[in-house]
Amino acid sequence: MSEGHSTYTPKTGIGRWFDARLPLPRLVYDSFIAYPVPRNLNYAWTFGGILSIMLVAQILTGIVLAMHYSDTTGLAFDSVEKIMRDVNNGWLLRYLHSNGASFFFIAVYVHIFRGLYYGSYKAPRELLWILGCIIYLLMMATGFMGYVLPWGQMSFWGATVITGFFTAIPLVGDWIQQLLLGGFAVDNPTLNRFFALHYLLPFMIAGVVVLHVWALHVTGQNNPTGIDVKSKTDTVAFTPYATIKDALGMVVFLLVFAYFVFYLPNYLGHPDNYTVANPLKTPAHIVPEWYFLPFYAILRAITFNIGPINSKLGGVLAMFGAIAMLFLVPWLDTSKVRSAVYRPWYKLFFWLFLADAVFLGWLGSRPAEGSYVLMAQLATLFYFAFFLIAMPVLGLIETPRRLPNSITEAVLEKNKGSGSGHPAGATAAPETKG
Amino acid sequence: MKKLLVSLAAAGLVLAGAAAVIAQEQEPAKTEGHSEANPTHFPIKEPKEMNWSFAGPFGTYDKAQLQRGLKVYKEVCSACHSMNLVAFRTLADLGYSEAQVKAFAAEYTIHDGPNDDGDMFDRPGKPSDYFTPPFANEQAAAASNGGAAPPDMSLLAKARGVERGFPRFIFDIFTQYQSGGPDYIHSLLTGYNEQPPAGMVIPEGTHYNPYFANGVSLKMPPPLSDGQVTYDDGAPQTVDQYSQDVAAFLMWAAEPHLEERKKTGFRVVIFMLLFGGLMYMTKRKVWSDVAH
Amino acid sequence: MSATDDTHDPNRRDFLYIATGMAGVVGAAAVAWPFIDQMRPDASTLALSSVEVDVASLTPGSSLIVKWRGKPVVVRNRTPEEIKSGEDVKLDDLKDPIARNANLPADAPATDANRTTPGKEAWMVMVQVCTHLGCIPLGQEGEFGGWFCPCHGSQYDTAGRIRKGPAPENMAVPVFSFISDTKIRIG
Repeated sequence: MSEGHSTYTPKTGIGRWFDARLPLPRLVYDSFIAYPVPRNLNYAWTFGGILSIMLVAQILTGIVLAMHYSDTTGLAFDSVEKIMRDVNNGWLLRYLHSNGASFFFIAVYVHIFRGLYYGSYKAPRELLWILGCIIYLLMMATGFMGYVLPWGQMSFWGATVITGFFTAIPLVGDWIQQLLLGGFAVDNPTLNRFFALHYLLPFMIAGVVVLHVWALHVTGQNNPTGIDVKSKTDTVAFTPYATIKDALGMVVFLLVFAYFVFYLPNYLGHPDNYTVANPLKTPAHIVPEWYFLPFYAILRAITFNIGPINSKLGGVLAMFGAIAMLFLVPWLDTSKVRSAVYRPWYKLFFWLFLADAVFLGWLGSRPAEGSYVLMAQLATLFYFAFFLIAMPVLGLIETPRRLPNSITEAVLEKNKGSGSGHPAGATAAPETKG
Repeated sequence: MKKLLVSLAAAGLVLAGAAAVIAQEQEPAKTEGHSEANPTHFPIKEPKEMNWSFAGPFGTYDKAQLQRGLKVYKEVCSACHSMNLVAFRTLADLGYSEAQVKAFAAEYTIHDGPNDDGDMFDRPGKPSDYFTPPFANEQAAAASNGGAAPPDMSLLAKARGVERGFPRFIFDIFTQYQSGGPDYIHSLLTGYNEQPPAGMVIPEGTHYNPYFANGVSLKMPPPLSDGQVTYDDGAPQTVDQYSQDVAAFLMWAAEPHLEERKKTGFRVVIFMLLFGGLMYMTKRKVWSDVAH
Repeated sequence: MSATDDTHDPNRRDFLYIATGMAGVVGAAAVAWPFIDQMRPDASTLALSSVEVDVASLTPGSSLIVKWRGKPVVVRNRTPEEIKSGEDVKLDDLKDPIARNANLPADAPATDANRTTPGKEAWMVMVQVCTHLGCIPLGQEGEFGGWFCPCHGSQYDTAGRIRKGPAPENMAVPVFSFISDTKIRIG
């Protein structure tokens, strides 16, 4: 894959002068122009680019919002409202930022599920996958702390509940919670440090993204067939092929984003966050942002003690365990075949898992009572069974379908298939994904 | 084999969806189990969906309605409810001239200071001032209202909204339903005349209202009655009309840039559709010589 | 890029690329604007841009300072000597011959009268900020009996005109008017 690298020389004299002193032109050329990508990538692969643009958008809108925001409990809520009412285009920047967080998570979920479907976590991409998981964790921390900053009712009580997780830890739990809060309850010190960290973490995300992209450029992209790139005909140059496709994906994604920002700006938020935080009054239902709902459902599903572990600690462990599963995926999956396209049973379980995750999300928004509790318990059971049972066992017992010999062969076969009905060999063709 | 798998997957999805719907339907069933006189989920009745001028992609505020709503707020609501975040200068949005805004602001007394002698003093309001609260602080507001401070109204229209439930919240994306707050306010204000079911216990000093989000009854007595506020533009002087007008006014108070937002949004969406079309054609062109 | 040199009409293809690129540039510029625009003074700041001052207590020779748009504005009831010293200055002796009075046309000459308002020539209303680098000059000091800036030694006369030192312009006279004999509205 590295053939052709570093042989690049800029065309202009200035370019050569620069390149001899700082080989940035060469790096850009090798990484974003000549870099070979599999020719059969579908639109699910545009979400990497979409995520980088969302990260940049969040950082930019965040920085200008910070120019108007006050991080003290007496002023935070009013300063956000001042942004919404008085700052020029403030309403736009604030809605871009608050909805941007949601769309950042939509994109990251598509990206993660794409990786799960096509086996992008398998050797040699384990580190690439784990770096992605770290980015996801940092995003969750950033999103949570950002939600606290407007200092509405949900901000306050969300912060109270989430920092309350740590009190489940035996012996040191209360100490850790006080360390996080800087007091005995969520208050001014908490808001100050959350603002500082909310400002810092996106830059840490950007740092890990650099590592993520670096690791990607070492191993090269996975592709819908999951088989390795074998010859030059399997790939196309990043520019113009991948760039233009990514750009199209971004425009379509941003179109949907704009629709929400301008027409449904409060759809993904909670009305209670337009009421200023009141430490003496809990809202009727505390719900986190939608992107945390599946984990919230898992947290609440553990209503029983497990041996020496009480239900509170059990819930917290289950929730963190649910995230930890992602880190273990490269070793939980025993299959030799990467792509679910050639793994009929894994494909079935993948879609069931996706449905389960959505279902858990919906349960997370319901009150924890009646039949919801049982449903959440069953869905949680399936969540863990997918990782701990389905992934290792399916790899051992499943008979994968015949793999094509190369990406080029798969592409040609598919095109032949779509051109002239379904010839006999069509069963071996990969799925058409646009 | 493939067909079998696809149908299995589909069956799984349908099952999950069905479970969701069943669970949803269990909710009212459960409520009935607890008897009508003893409901456990609020509000008892969902807010009525009204036709608001500001709804939809091209929605705009009806300025006459906002002016009427302001009158209702000033003459009725403001006796107990503050509106701390709204400045008089912004009333120009309602169609008032600069002189009218000035005159309106001057009707309020602003506690200001200290002056050069170090004393606080009262002066007439200026357009840069904000609506003055009826009570000095939250404690005073609570003490004068039976222990519950009336909420500030600046953001009320965005701070209220009854959960829409599955599958309606999906449809809301396409109908752009964002009027949960005004619908709630209108239904609550017009919902006092309903009789509680037999056997329901209404706590002393509260008023039954099936549209109230947090219980069977609330401390606020019915605030509006027919003919209470005089309209000069011929609009009917009924509780229903008052409620709609004040709800629309509160929507404006909560989201003053709504019209600008929707207008900008239209331009952005049109531009992005065109840009996306161009991008699509370019992409086709670039990829036209590569099978993929 | 040679891969795209196909059989299609190259003019049409180039047009498409240019149109898409142009649309991208227009879009990027439109996105950039709100990010710049948000830094302008916001609506609440603009709303505070006028103050009213009661000057009933000012006898000739005394002054007061009010804060207007975050800057000190001096209101001085000048003594007859100060007025005379201001009127005696020839325009040719001035470093900055322009009045810098926001109530007058931009090219009005810096006569003593043009630095004040008609009928109230005793009254100087002026942003007391040195036009050099923004320090606050001291009143009734320096060679010309007007203002002296301690930062870099700029000297102003009794009408607030720059006479000596590094400052390039006369101190600014803001938009103001007498609402009554004892009340001034600035802004």
